[in-house]
Amino acid sequence: METALFYVFSILAIGSGFAVVTRRNPISAALFLVLAFFSLAGIYVLMDAFFLAAVQVAVYAGAIMVLFLFVIMLLNLGPDDLPRFMTRKVKWLYAISSVVLTVVLLGIDLGRRPGGEPQALSGEVGAIGDKLFGEYLLPFEITALLLLVAIVGSVAMAHRESAN
Amino acid sequence: MIGALLITVIKILVIILVVLGGVAYMTLAERKVSAWIQWRVGPNRVGPWGLLQPIADGLKFVFKEDFIPTGAHRTLHTLAPMLTLMPALLTFAVIPFGSTLPVFGHQVNMIVADLSIGILFIFAIASLGVYGIAVGGWSSNNKYALFGSLRSSAQMISYEIALGLSVIPVIMFVGSLRLTDIVAHQGSHPWFILSQPLSFLLFTIAAFAETNRLPFDLPEAEPELVAGYHTEYSSMKFAMFFLGEYANMMTASALIVTLFLGGYHFPWVENLPIFVNGGLLLGLLHLFTFLAKTVGMLFVFLWVRWSLPRFRYDQLMGLGWKVMLPLALVNIFIYGLWSLKDLN
Repeated sequence: METALFYVFSILAIGSGFAVVTRRNPISAALFLVLAFFSLAGIYVLMDAFFLAAVQVAVYAGAIMVLFLFVIMLLNLGPDDLPRFMTRKVKWLYAISSVVLTVVLLGIDLGRRPGGEPQALSGEVGAIGDKLFGEYLLPFEITALLLLVAIVGSVAMAHRESAN
Repeated sequence: MIGALLITVIKILVIILVVLGGVAYMTLAERKVSAWIQWRVGPNRVGPWGLLQPIADGLKFVFKEDFIPTGAHRTLHTLAPMLTLMPALLTFAVIPFGSTLPVFGHQVNMIVADLSIGILFIFAIASLGVYGIAVGGWSSNNKYALFGSLRSSAQMISYEIALGLSVIPVIMFVGSLRLTDIVAHQGSHPWFILSQPLSFLLFTIAAFAETNRLPFDLPEAEPELVAGYHTEYSSMKFAMFFLGEYANMMTASALIVTLFLGGYHFPWVENLPIFVNGGLLLGLLHLFTFLAKTVGMLFVFLWVRWSLPRFRYDQLMGLGWKVMLPLALVNIFIYGLWSLKDLN
């Protein structure tokens, strides 16, 4: 049952990921990306990482992609505003990157030591909270600061635009 | 294994039927309540007191022409109403609508999926509700529809933050995201509407904005946007947008009841001698208490709609970002400080 679901979600994720780059309509591409995020959340659930799955859907599918859609709609991008995708150069890039990816995946698979898997963290909220606010408190707070800097920066840039 | 699966499937079917039936009668209730508030009679021709009106409406929807405008994106135009209805029905999966009912000797929990991340699940699914509206407006190839959906995306993102932050004191109080834990906690402590009144207020206001109800129904403001995102919809697709809106309202009401109004608990009465043994009577009491509270909350939704005028767009954004968000943060901070006293 779980293996079957894993394959369903994986095929969905890969298929919709492929559709994201091949769709000419930006709105369809964005919606396929949402589907890809959703399938990823499904895989997280299969790994008992419920918190991660919920956050994946809430943050990526629910918030960030809505902003993407918002921007695409505001700019009113149509299929004709984008350059054609499948040029000769892009086909070459496809070939090269798929070879590199295969090599990397093989390397990861061969390099895995027996029994060397890291101890899995329980996917429950409490366990993640303990780790985040205990062992990894400093990186966590620094990330928060980084986000604050980004927000202040974007507000400052927006203000400079309107002053001109 | 098979038995448990069967029980879950039956629970899902019952919930969908109850929600969709409730939605049908919500449309009647909306018209009756508005008539009552505005000193009119309301629909009274189809059946006694107009009780068969939803059936007449449904038949009318089925026989209308299903129209797709020129230049519309056909696939997305068809998909959008489904995207609105689906999240509204999905969120009901984690809401406990009763305690347990004995069925053929088994104690059946009155909840479809008792997830440990209950509230997070609801927020995650609810945040997907905006896609239906956004896609519906964009795919119609109509500027009013597009404006409606742009407004709704901005509004939902803004109020989602306040919605999420306003519940955090409740979660801190209980120490669990599981909705059954939150309800159980209110069985032995005062309801959260009493101990966290500010949370309740913020959550309810944000829930009104999330369900696009007046005074926050800017995505479909008739005087300026024709009908907003569903301007170009007709027939059953239009009906599905409507079903989605009312189903969202029911979910929001059920959630407010669960989080702040004690869920299925009926204080004092459930300690009466006939209920002490538990079993069927207590289970039914819990079920009907939850139903009654949700209906009461739905009435508040209608009452507010027919009493308040619509906000202007800048007022809406100002309220969300400059009032609700800081208040929610202050609320968390104050509750955090207050809870420090329990540590010593």
